[in-house]
Amino acid sequence: MESVKPILEFKKTCVSYTKQTMAVKYVSAAIERNTITAIMGPSGCGKSTLLRAVNLMHNLYPNIRVDGEILLNNENILSMEPIDVRRRVGMVFQRPAPFPTMSIYDNVLSGYTLNGIRLSRNQKEETVEHCLQSVALWDEVKDVLNKKGTFLSGGQQQRLCIARALAMKPDVLLMDEPTSALDPIATAHIEELMQDLQKEVTILIVTHNMGQAMRISSKSMFMYLGELVEYGNTKDLFSNPKDERTKAYLTGKMG
Amino acid sequence: MNDKLYKILLFVATLTMPIVCGGVMYALVTDAYDAFEHFGFFKFLTSSDWNYTDGSEQYGALPFITGTLMTTLLALIFCIPFSLPVALFVGEYFNGTKIAAILSTVTDLLAGIPSIIYGLWGFYTLRPLIMAFDISPQGSGILTASLVLAIMIVPYAASLSAEFIKMVPNDLKEGAYSLGATHAEVIRKIVFPVAGSGIFSSYILAIGRALGETMTVTMLIGNTNNIPDSITSTGNSMASIIANQFGEADDLRLSSLIAIGLALFLITAIINMIGKIMIKRARIA
Ligand SMILES: Nc1ncnc2c1ncn2[C@@H]1O[C@H](COP(=O)(O)OP(=O)(O)OP(=O)(O)O)[C@@H](O)[C@H]1O
Ligand SMILES: [Mg+2]
Repeated sequence: MESVKPILEFKKTCVSYTKQTMAVKYVSAAIERNTITAIMGPSGCGKSTLLRAVNLMHNLYPNIRVDGEILLNNENILSMEPIDVRRRVGMVFQRPAPFPTMSIYDNVLSGYTLNGIRLSRNQKEETVEHCLQSVALWDEVKDVLNKKGTFLSGGQQQRLCIARALAMKPDVLLMDEPTSALDPIATAHIEELMQDLQKEVTILIVTHNMGQAMRISSKSMFMYLGELVEYGNTKDLFSNPKDERTKAYLTGKMG
Repeated sequence: MNDKLYKILLFVATLTMPIVCGGVMYALVTDAYDAFEHFGFFKFLTSSDWNYTDGSEQYGALPFITGTLMTTLLALIFCIPFSLPVALFVGEYFNGTKIAAILSTVTDLLAGIPSIIYGLWGFYTLRPLIMAFDISPQGSGILTASLVLAIMIVPYAASLSAEFIKMVPNDLKEGAYSLGATHAEVIRKIVFPVAGSGIFSSYILAIGRALGETMTVTMLIGNTNNIPDSITSTGNSMASIIANQFGEADDLRLSSLIAIGLALFLITAIINMIGKIMIKRARIA
């Protein structure tokens, strides 16, 4: 096996919404740099919960507890400032939600304006063009950059949200079912895009679409009832699942 | 058959409201006609004389228009620093918690207090304070009335703004947090801009209330008929001059009071309409 140093490492990570139950139970896994890891599993098994732990989204809600460790470049993010973590770990949500009061241009730069970071005009224009180009949106919107982001189609909005996250130059990009609200063409666009992005950023993607997982990911996780049941190379996991529960899920006998 | 009767009844009942509204308008216009004819429409609104000595009668609405605008504007200025934090507290910081529920119940309770009570409180508590601090010798005046008006409109502005603040989608807030924004930045750069038109319209509706508020203002404004020269001087608002003088007025003076009433009615109606339209827009967006 490779001995590459992981960029992200879960160590007995647990998340609970209530005192009695755990939504994520003792997940341990190491994620390699510049890979795409798909997280699969039946509805309610804790995929989103695990993903949201990585950029400390759970800190926004005082009742949610996160235990164990999550290491980003060997540093435990659970004891870091949420703001620092979130600037290094971007997130794309299920429903595209560009900021409705901002133009397309300002949406791409929103990470900077929100954080009060000033950029020169040149830096701004470069960032906008580069980010929109890397999500393959530049040609479609370069003449309407001052229009509101909400005028775009759903797929375009989602790509804008990816560009917005990429503008902060994150080390890790979390994507929670980013294509589930999109049509097949927009989905194909985004899948293609992720393949390219892999060079710059490590991607964790939650998906219900097994075809998508097979097409884009090199590693896959299968979760069930909050536990990480199986984690390995996507090819192996699909062709030769070790756990009965994984097998049942992949053959459609579950979930 | 029964169905038809029901429909007719419904129709008649529904028609009553526009008829009443039209009737009020008609009565106001016919009764105000004398004053407008005698002084001229524009002259009446811009003249500052209010003299009811027989023989040299002279009426103009400017002191009262000024009084209304001053009290309303001041009340708005005093209201914002209280209502906005309450709205943020209830709608964002403690949204969904018990403290927020208690606070919004208390604010709603404040909205239900009859204006005469606010008037009494202003008269017997606030006015002596204003005198004690040497802000104005007589205690009553534009400032006193505005302060109490402000307290009266805080609940309206706060609870309505809180609704709009609550309506800002969580998706957007989480999106901003995920980019590394702090809570303060999310409020400043996402919550306020997104809820902005709704918050603005809440204040328009609050203004609509302040404009027509009669009892409290009449008790506290000092009831003098010249243009107030500072915020501590006494005056009269459009509503308070009517409340003060309608009992003893007749002929031209009564017509002048009604003309002021008509102007107030129109201003308030327009302000409320703008507010409602803006709220509708804000809800749809
Ligand atoms: N805010 C919350 N409060 C309480 N329980 C929650 C909350 N969010 C999720 N849960 C519970 O935690 C468990 C895991 O939920 P999670 O959203 O992570 O599932 P998921 O795998 O992402 O499912 P889906 O595929 O439907 O998105 C579920 O049992 C869910 O009911
Ligand atoms: Mg989910």
